[in-house]
Amino acid sequence: MHMRLLQFIQRHRVPLILLAAAPLTFLLPRYGIINPYLELVLKYIGINIILTVSLNLINGYMGEFSVGHAGFMAIGAYAGALLTVRLFPAGLGPVLFPVALLGGGVAAGIAGLAIAFPSFRTRGDYLAIVTLAFNMIVKSGLENIPAVGGPQGLMGINKLTTLPWVYLWVIIAIVLARNVVYSRHGRGVLALREDETAAELVGVNSRRVKVLIFVFSAFLAGIAGALFAHELQFINPRSFTILKSTDMLVMVYLGGVASLGGSILGATVFTAVLEALRPLLQWLHISAEWRLAVAPLFLVLLMLLRPRGIMGHREFGFLLPAEYRRQRVASRGPGHPGPAGGPSGTSGPTRDDDTEAVA
Amino acid sequence: MSFFLQQLLNAMQVGSVYALIALGYTMVYGILTMINFAHGDIFMVSTYLAFAASGLLLAHLGGASPLVIFVCTIVVAVLGTSLLAVLIERAAYKPLRNAPRMSAVITALGIGLLLENSFVAIKGIGPTPRMLPPLIPAGEVHVGGITISSLQLVIIGLALLTMLALDLTVRKTMLGIAMRAISWDHTIVPLMGVPKDRIISLTFALGAAVAAVGGTLYGMAYTIDPYMGIRIGWWAFISAVVGGIGNIRGAMLGGFILGFVEIFTPVVLKSSSYRDMIAFSLLLVLLIFRPTGILGRTVSQKV
Repeated sequence: MHMRLLQFIQRHRVPLILLAAAPLTFLLPRYGIINPYLELVLKYIGINIILTVSLNLINGYMGEFSVGHAGFMAIGAYAGALLTVRLFPAGLGPVLFPVALLGGGVAAGIAGLAIAFPSFRTRGDYLAIVTLAFNMIVKSGLENIPAVGGPQGLMGINKLTTLPWVYLWVIIAIVLARNVVYSRHGRGVLALREDETAAELVGVNSRRVKVLIFVFSAFLAGIAGALFAHELQFINPRSFTILKSTDMLVMVYLGGVASLGGSILGATVFTAVLEALRPLLQWLHISAEWRLAVAPLFLVLLMLLRPRGIMGHREFGFLLPAEYRRQRVASRGPGHPGPAGGPSGTSGPTRDDDTEAVA
Repeated sequence: MSFFLQQLLNAMQVGSVYALIALGYTMVYGILTMINFAHGDIFMVSTYLAFAASGLLLAHLGGASPLVIFVCTIVVAVLGTSLLAVLIERAAYKPLRNAPRMSAVITALGIGLLLENSFVAIKGIGPTPRMLPPLIPAGEVHVGGITISSLQLVIIGLALLTMLALDLTVRKTMLGIAMRAISWDHTIVPLMGVPKDRIISLTFALGAAVAAVGGTLYGMAYTIDPYMGIRIGWWAFISAVVGGIGNIRGAMLGGFILGFVEIFTPVVLKSSSYRDMIAFSLLLVLLIFRPTGILGRTVSQKV
């Protein structure tokens, strides 16, 4: 009995740890063990993890290029905020918050559908143009709708984003993304990245896969947007420019393409570094404006020095489904026990190039 | 009618600046099949170079005629901007020549934002809009019912002249032949003794030089600020895509089309805030029906 309990704990240690941490997300801020600033940073990290996972699905796993992901986030933020501000009765805001989040996600998902269609015909550079244009159109559109505040933005959003909600959605996002990536369709996604024509020939329905990934990715970005709106309590179109999209790109390429663990790492490191920069710049008597120049600089250096990120195409063991873990251990041969979740080994097929050769 | 012609003249003025910048996008794409997203911000730097140069020259050569100062300003802006473009190419794009293609595009995006945000952060530049001192003597020409200012005449005239010169360079000179040869085949042409890296650097320099002419002209007609690279750069980029990216005459055509959109949107819709939306929607619609632009050639995908 005792052995079986130990075995159970051993096998399910990650979910158990996550479950055990859940009450902490209530208790730590509640009793002032972490100060509000740290709580805020943790929330931003969570929101950024969701965004990074979302973008990594398209840019990392599928090998298509979205450089206008802030557009999806904006749609989710505005849709979610409009639901709680305009539609829901004032008192029921906190109760209906999950509905608002889902609303934001669904609205962004519909936009994702709209972007999936051009992706059937255009690849590489041109799809980058399409997504960029999408980002610009969303921003410009929001600026021209007086009902959502126009260029001034939407104010009076309730502060409903709490640490437990962010925590829950980070887990949901990662679990869903993992299940999509390692599903049958997910294998199709990887096949598409390697060679679209060959994937079609072995029976991958490229259109269906692309729609699935775009809609799902946009959905996650929308959820993150809605969380962001209810944290900041104020959104305007300028929050969702190309600069925001670039931040997401940095987090994806810092953490590593085609890696969920990398997404978590990238979002955490990037957010933490950017926060640490505030006091650092002040201490060095450098104008705070320079903070904005850091993310692009990061991106350029990353591309030059480590284009696939900290753990590109690799995965933490605990993020792999059981059968992949077993495969990995088996492939190491006898006498080599699998690592207990260290960042080693590869997940699925890997290759050095992320895109097709010049057509 | 004269109102329409007057607006058409304004559209020509804006359009010629867009066309000049679009040429830089199109040449780099033509030779490297890479979208140099930093080009709009290189254009922005050129306007600041012109601003600094004209200010310094006026202070030190106050006696000289404005026209001489104007010419010197353009020369300084052109040389400085070309140098910057070559430096960026060598430092950031060349190491990525054999990397996945999107890496270079993402790097370019990063360089652009880096230039923009650095210029905002640099003391003494900041986000304040500025204006170049007037270097073109004021004057007007009346033709039919429309009035052409001397500034408009200089902008349109010089832009057309630059485009003509560039078109001749690409078609007639050795440099142009080498550029076209490399864009035709990356591997064989260098074997025939064409210095590939030097030609690529020169292409970047040439594109930046043309943008700097546009930047100086733009700075004399409108205000400049560090974020102008976003809007003007994007519009020029759309021009290049609309005309057919990789095609030099297409870029010129696209520039004038976008100038037309810019001037006539507020006239028709009574509000200028829809300009960006219309420009980008135009881009999307065009990409659906003619993915390679109006004058672009279709490229078949190798399997």
